[in-house]
Amino acid sequence: MTHPIPNSYRTGPDQDGHFGPYGGRFVAETLMPLILQVEKAYEAAKADPAFQPELDYYLEHYVGRPSPLYHAARLTEHFGGAKIYFKRDELNHTGAHKINNCMGQILLARRMGKTRIIAETGAGQHGVATATVCALFGLPCVIYMGQTDIERQAPNVFRMKLLGAEVRSVTSGTGTLKDAMNDAMRDWVANVDDTFYIIGTVAGPHPYPAMVRDFQMVIGNETREQMHKAEGRLPDTLVAAIGGGSNAMGLFFPFLDDPSVRIVGVEAAGHGVETGKHAASLNGGVPGVLHGNRTYLLQDDDGQIIDAHSISAGLDYPGIGPEHAWLHDLGRVDYVSITDREALEAFQLCARLEGIIPALEPAHALAHVAKLAPTLPKDHLLVMNMCGRGDKDIFAVAEHLGVKL
Amino acid sequence: MSRIERRFQALKAENRAGFVTFMTAGDPDLATAEALLARLPAAGVDIIEWGMPFSDPMADGPAIQAAGLRALQAGTKLAQILAAVGRFRKIDDETPIVLMGYYNPVFRYGVDRFCTDAVAAGVDGIIIVDLPPEESDELTPQARAAGLDFIRLTAPTSDDGRLPRVLASASGFIYHVAIAGITGTRSAEPADVATAIARLKRHTALPVAVGFGIKTPEQAAAIARIADAAVVGSAIVENIARHLDTAGKPLPGLVDAVVAQVSALAAGVRAARKA
Repeated sequence: MTHPIPNSYRTGPDQDGHFGPYGGRFVAETLMPLILQVEKAYEAAKADPAFQPELDYYLEHYVGRPSPLYHAARLTEHFGGAKIYFKRDELNHTGAHKINNCMGQILLARRMGKTRIIAETGAGQHGVATATVCALFGLPCVIYMGQTDIERQAPNVFRMKLLGAEVRSVTSGTGTLKDAMNDAMRDWVANVDDTFYIIGTVAGPHPYPAMVRDFQMVIGNETREQMHKAEGRLPDTLVAAIGGGSNAMGLFFPFLDDPSVRIVGVEAAGHGVETGKHAASLNGGVPGVLHGNRTYLLQDDDGQIIDAHSISAGLDYPGIGPEHAWLHDLGRVDYVSITDREALEAFQLCARLEGIIPALEPAHALAHVAKLAPTLPKDHLLVMNMCGRGDKDIFAVAEHLGVKL
Repeated sequence: MSRIERRFQALKAENRAGFVTFMTAGDPDLATAEALLARLPAAGVDIIEWGMPFSDPMADGPAIQAAGLRALQAGTKLAQILAAVGRFRKIDDETPIVLMGYYNPVFRYGVDRFCTDAVAAGVDGIIIVDLPPEESDELTPQARAAGLDFIRLTAPTSDDGRLPRVLASASGFIYHVAIAGITGTRSAEPADVATAIARLKRHTALPVAVGFGIKTPEQAAAIARIADAAVVGSAIVENIARHLDTAGKPLPGLVDAVVAQVSALAAGVRAARKA
């Protein structure tokens, strides 16, 4: 470990958007003035006493926050160890944590006077959340989605269209999330005057990683308060799934400076990190620069980006948020990985024992909880972020289980 | 004096603008790309931009994206591109070569090693699209020390407040992106370009090349009347794509066809100020 341990893990990023050696603003000059504008507008919004109350209003009355912190008693009994809590962000409007961030960013876009919204999406959850807030505020919306993802997430494509969004199929590259992000950036470059780009995860050029984290931090802040009410103390372990890492960053951030809290991020190992067919950027990648930031990336020896693989379209991304890369190097957060097969088992177990069909993303987190919980004492408080519900995934899961719908 | 300085000095003496072409190194394969490269000076190209292919070229339109993918599918590596420049230098020691691309392949290759190897091969300058002044401190000192010009991009969105910072570490020439957009899409109005160049000239003494959206000899001539150089990229790359078979292999006549197109564009640029 070559970096000194900081006094606080909650001071990042620096003024240029760096988390240690990660993050930054690696974008074409055409975009640079826009990125600076977004940063300035976001700083002004944070300083405006009217901004947070407006966001809080919509989070309470439209999104349905706070989401419950639920004691998963049957799974706790089943694993026979740690006391397991779910942070129920799958109960939010639109069924995932994504809308926390979209609500914050669309309010910012409105403050900036932007009249057109674009976004990228992988599984479609961020696209649905973006289309939703655009419908709410009457703004036209274009969602970029890889052709491959459009085929495997048909219900979400239809949802976005119902909500009035235009879904543009991305055929460049390999037609997945990273290519959708490339095309969204290209759109933004060409429509600089009127367009706001709502990035869905804690990645991209500064200020996005910090801004998206801030908007998702409501997850961790609520968890802290709810756990205090339920148990009178801090949780002992936090577990969350990581694609880009926004739900995890939102849960983790308020606890980073509590040394007693063990924090675990779960990457998608696909067929297994050793097979090369995975989406585990920290466990199977090396640092590089993509989509405006420096972070761990899946890439070959010549610096070309390699396609990620995961059963979960939401984790199928060859990079990870730069703050996670930094926390990984510092050793503050443990990053582990879970295979497609393990996630599928956890998916089914959760449905049977808790009556909750999780999205495939948190199913990865739950699969790690299945390994961890039995090794821990019964008074150990473990919180897992149930960041999305699994309705969108039933077709893919059925196919993997050999069931014809 | 560098090759780039000598070239712009010579252009000034001839009272004409320079003609700059962009092609992707390794498109459709390295042998064909090298054969093309070798014929560019005689076809009237004053400065050669050679693209280093990248899997995720965010600032490029469909034509150059596809060219990059073809190059990568043909197995093109950065080290091979540098070696090809070295071979070109054995037949031409005058025409400046600028490598253009994205940061990750250079970062992965190693910044110090890249600057050293590029200069040793005979590369004169680099354009790294996604390395704005805010992030370029990790490359510009090494480039300068090695003797490699770091060519800055400016855009219609770079306002007067920002230009001094953008131009501070620039050398060689300035590449002005004529439109807010990606390569190979819209074309700029010459009047807007003239305004932009006048603004740039208040901030820098470096020559200004203009690119993005220039496709025909007429458009190239219009830009050549007001800029120090005109850059054509996508239109040439599209012509390469038209001379491929269904498997992406070069058809006979590809090189001649592209050279003919380049010659016509060069003639447009050369005639511009006499017209």
